[in-house]
Amino acid sequence: MQYDNKKSQTTTILNSILKKIHSFGIPRIIIILFLLSLWISAAFLSIPFPALLSDTFVRLGMNTVLTLSMLPSILVGTSLFFGLPLGIICGLLGGVMSIELNLKGLTAFFAAIGFSIPLAILVGYGYGILLNRVKGSEMTVGTYVGFAFVSLMSFGWVTLPFKNPEMAWAIGKGIRVTVSLEGRFSNVLNKLWAFEIFGIKIPTGALVFLGILCLVMSLFLRTRTGLAMQECGMNPKFAKASGIDVDRMRILGTIISTILGAIGILTYAQGFGFLQLYEAPMYMGFIAAAAILIGGATLKTAKISHVIIGTFLFQGILVVALPVANTVATLGSLAEISRIIVSNGIILYALAQRGGNE
Amino acid sequence: MDRNRSSVLEMKNISKEFYGNKVLKGINLLVREGEIHGIVGENGAGKSTLMNILFGMSVIHSTGGFEGSIEFLGKPVTISSPFDAMALGIGMVHQEFMLIPGYSVTENIKLNREITKDNFLSNIFGPGLRTLNWESMGQDAKRALSKLEMDIDEWAKIAGLPVGHMQFVEIARELDKQNIKLLVFDEPTAVLTESEADRLLSTLRKLAETGIAILFITHRLHEIMEVCERITVLRDGVQVATKSKSETTIEELARLMVGHTIESVGKRAVNLSERKTILRVRDLRVRMPGETVQKVDLDIKEGEIFGIGGLAGQGKIGIANGIMGLYDSSGSVEFDGDSIPLNNPREVLKRGLAFLSEDRRGVGLLLDMSVEMNIVAPAVEIHHKFLKDFGIFSFLDRTQIRAFAQEMIQRLDIRCLGPDQPVKRLSGGNQQKVCIAKALALEPKLLFVSEPTRGIDIGAKKRVLDTLVELNQKTGMTIVLTSSELAELRSICDRIAIISEGRVMGILAPDAEDAQFGLLMAGEYAVR
Repeated sequence: MQYDNKKSQTTTILNSILKKIHSFGIPRIIIILFLLSLWISAAFLSIPFPALLSDTFVRLGMNTVLTLSMLPSILVGTSLFFGLPLGIICGLLGGVMSIELNLKGLTAFFAAIGFSIPLAILVGYGYGILLNRVKGSEMTVGTYVGFAFVSLMSFGWVTLPFKNPEMAWAIGKGIRVTVSLEGRFSNVLNKLWAFEIFGIKIPTGALVFLGILCLVMSLFLRTRTGLAMQECGMNPKFAKASGIDVDRMRILGTIISTILGAIGILTYAQGFGFLQLYEAPMYMGFIAAAAILIGGATLKTAKISHVIIGTFLFQGILVVALPVANTVATLGSLAEISRIIVSNGIILYALAQRGGNE
Repeated sequence: MDRNRSSVLEMKNISKEFYGNKVLKGINLLVREGEIHGIVGENGAGKSTLMNILFGMSVIHSTGGFEGSIEFLGKPVTISSPFDAMALGIGMVHQEFMLIPGYSVTENIKLNREITKDNFLSNIFGPGLRTLNWESMGQDAKRALSKLEMDIDEWAKIAGLPVGHMQFVEIARELDKQNIKLLVFDEPTAVLTESEADRLLSTLRKLAETGIAILFITHRLHEIMEVCERITVLRDGVQVATKSKSETTIEELARLMVGHTIESVGKRAVNLSERKTILRVRDLRVRMPGETVQKVDLDIKEGEIFGIGGLAGQGKIGIANGIMGLYDSSGSVEFDGDSIPLNNPREVLKRGLAFLSEDRRGVGLLLDMSVEMNIVAPAVEIHHKFLKDFGIFSFLDRTQIRAFAQEMIQRLDIRCLGPDQPVKRLSGGNQQKVCIAKALALEPKLLFVSEPTRGIDIGAKKRVLDTLVELNQKTGMTIVLTSSELAELRSICDRIAIISEGRVMGILAPDAEDAQFGLLMAGEYAVR
């Protein structure tokens, strides 16, 4: 009997440890270990650490808003926002308009956001109505709507009557595949109030900008509408019984996600220096989805901390993987391969987890 | 009765526990050749558990088996799976049809027992590829159907058949099985029209004449009296009686079926006729799957506790859900003199009605959210309470929410680690109290409460009911309590309406006779 007791005690202790690990998330632990091992090997290969961190911060500033666009969608119960390309295209249209109007600097950036928001509201509204008709398979439908819209806009980019020679093809009609933002709003946020500490460059403006967006989002979640939105995601029947119009809330969540997608691509573009049109937005949704999942979100629950932690880990790996891989093996596309493995792997993991462990 | 006929099934001293909860206590059941044996009982009396044991369902064996023994055709048998039961010659006609809509009648009847013949491929690759012998399958199907005197085209698709015919196809499938000795009918008439039900009953008699033993489970007492030789009454897992038809009456069966002793009805001297009607329901129809309400008229007086009872699936649950706008409904509902819009939960809540759902975890709670947020969420949405105003924006007021939650935790004695504990960690009884607190935050004038004690242990049950009585007495809140447990209704309600087949069968005082409740629940007749 005593032996049994001891045995059961150790098993309960073991179980509680396992439970803790599980609640922290096995994939998150693996990703953190992976990032640490990359950092250590970077140190051995004498790759300058401050430069790596600087890059990570820049990428954090560029990508977090895109990741943030997943949040309202998850909270309102329409799962991962695979319709992100819709928001991105709205953002790109805003950017193109701002260039067409010959705007420069921060004005150009905020004007682009200003132009894209009404578009995003319109597109998000339509997309939200669609999602309400396909409850239960939002992610699949969203993915294909994203693909379809990207392809449709490939015609759009050719036919839209933009005249500015910076963007137009030299011969024929339409806009180029990539539009340089040099002299427009390239790096406007990254350079704003930027400073250097221990050799690490901090893109203050970009970080402040995403900080403001996160703050606004967290304040919104504390309003009556924000609470109603979360109720819809957690338990649509509860929401209905509390007098909330669940379908309307889902549309609202989708609109907010779409707007954030539009703002997200513009923050991304200002750091990257180019607007990438045509097929480029196709797979952006997967990167953002993977980032928030690494941060600890599930298909049904997410927090702002998940957005930030996840983007940091995910982008951190990408930043380190490239120089490490280049030194170890001269396989050019290793960083790209690791990005695809990590992002698709983590999405697969999240989908496999659905329904289990509840 | 002919005592010489040999017994087909004998279940001896059957007991069953689910996790320490005794659901069957020493049941003895004897069915003879050619006998139609009726089993009656309220929901939860143990009918299904008994049948699950007979069919060796896995739900029995995965929960520790059962006590007692089963003899079939005089020999002790072990039935550890439905296949064993089938091999012995026990068949079941289900309440819900187990038919494939896209297949023909013949295909359904012969499903998994197809007649096949060899062909070139099956000679090489084995019996899996043998050809179906449509001709003889059709003949078999026709023969089985003709035993039932049913003129159904054996090649018609199931999908297009009327519901009654589907029931007969089910029976035909069982009849087609060779060596069938015992047929169990689980509420076979529930979905049938009157004439179809009559036809089914005469079919039962004919089947019995051929020597097949029949177990007939139903809550329609007059059907039982019409065809059964002997009747076993179950109540709360106990075999209350087994009687011959000649020895009993419908009234007695009804009384035996309900037969609760009323616990101290703390009756208040309330003269309801002097009170004004607060809720007037006319011609209410609710399309709630499994709980359809056909046509309900109710007048609920201000300040009373009104009970709604009846068997499961008869529509009692649908009434509150329909009025609260959770399921598509039609009719007219007047509250406090104003007519309220149907299918609009928001408006109904705004007018001062609130609802504790029977589906506590599915509808009543946000399981992952804290106790306090669960309590205030509907009030925030409906009455804009617990908000702090900042010009155009207003944010949730954490201090106010916390204070209200603390007050409710004390007042209702909610056992939790604190207002920020997620509700999914609370016990059923405490979750129910969170639901009550949630309703109180809405400050309703009328509260619908559905199955408040389902899945709650006995001690907590009493506390939940006491809380409801206290609310009613101290604040004068009108309460409409829907429950499957008649004893519960009778212990706290002023009046009790019994619902059967989606209609109000009658309204009784809580101290009315057992037999009257039993008759109304069985849908026998309407009392004024």
